Amino acid sequence: MRFLQNSLSRRAMVGSGVLSAATIGLLAGEHALAGSKMVATDTAGDVAILNVALALEHEAIAAYQIGAESGLLTADVTAVAVSFQSHHKEHRDALMGTIETLGGQPADPKRRRAYERALNVASLKSQTDVLELAARLELGAANAYLGVIPSFGNRDLAQVSARLAADETMHWTALAQALGKSLPGKALMFGG
Amino acid sequence: MSSLLRPFRWITSVSLAGLVLLAAVLAVASWRVSIAGPLPSDDPAQITGGDTEEGARTYQSRCTGCHSLDANRIGPRHRGVYGRVAGSLPDFDYSSALTQSDIVWNDETLNAWLINPEDLIPGQAMGFRLNDAQARADVIAYLRRESGK
Repeated sequence: MRFLQNSLSRRAMVGSGVLSAATIGLLAGEHALAGSKMVATDTAGDVAILNVALALEHEAIAAYQIGAESGLLTADVTAVAVSFQSHHKEHRDALMGTIETLGGQPADPKRRRAYERALNVASLKSQTDVLELAARLELGAANAYLGVIPSFGNRDLAQVSARLAADETMHWTALAQALGKSLPGKALMFGG
Repeated sequence: MSSLLRPFRWITSVSLAGLVLLAAVLAVASWRVSIAGPLPSDDPAQITGGDTEEGARTYQSRCTGCHSLDANRIGPRHRGVYGRVAGSLPDFDYSSALTQSDIVWNDETLNAWLINPEDLIPGQAMGFRLNDAQARADVIAYLRRESGK
């Protein structure tokens, strides 16, 4: 497990170095940040929404860490969990950078024990339980990112939210498939 | 039309007829969409008649990214929210806008909150909106049931 932790740390370090300039610019929209467009928008409101998103990403990172260290996952599933966690770390780093660029204070993660309690980790007894939890969180995250789109003052951030939702949807789809769930029978099942 | 192309004149006629038919089909489809509307309505008057079971499903898919019934997560726990004063859980760190609010959560206030939280309580932190009026009614009915009301 130490190897996994070291691997995760290396991924995070590499990821944050690459993301600090390129992805933050991509996330917030450099033109919007540099120009007068942001002045006309509700920056404080946007920062508040981004911080809620950041808290969600903190929780997702913790959830995948707990799952990876649970001893309930096979090696293959653990690799997928680590991969998805790395996506959430990229989301976290990009959100933090954007919040700071907008003059806000990024929300700190909670202690691990708080996440364990909030996610009822004690109830996880099998790989299926862990995957069910992950799928629930990813589905909720996808819908959360879609649900905040109309609230952003800055339309570039709204587009970013849609891109984040797409990532979470991709995670949910893979997890649902691993759990043997059938594909949704209807279209437009997300958002709304 | 040259004599060389004459044998293919029927193809041109058929293609033209096909295009006209396609245009007609698209026009009808467009008209049907504009009438039926694939996107949800946003009529606050539709808050009655919520289905608790449908609300449970909607809650699971739309709300649990941030909320749980019995645990404070990104947002506060929801069991008991119906009838509760906004921002009143002692063990959750609300925005000051919410703690200073004296709103009580009921059908009307929850509906207004889910349409646009910022319109109801400016300065609060939640950006999520639930645009579908029936989905709001269902979720509110579910939260009411889970609050024992």
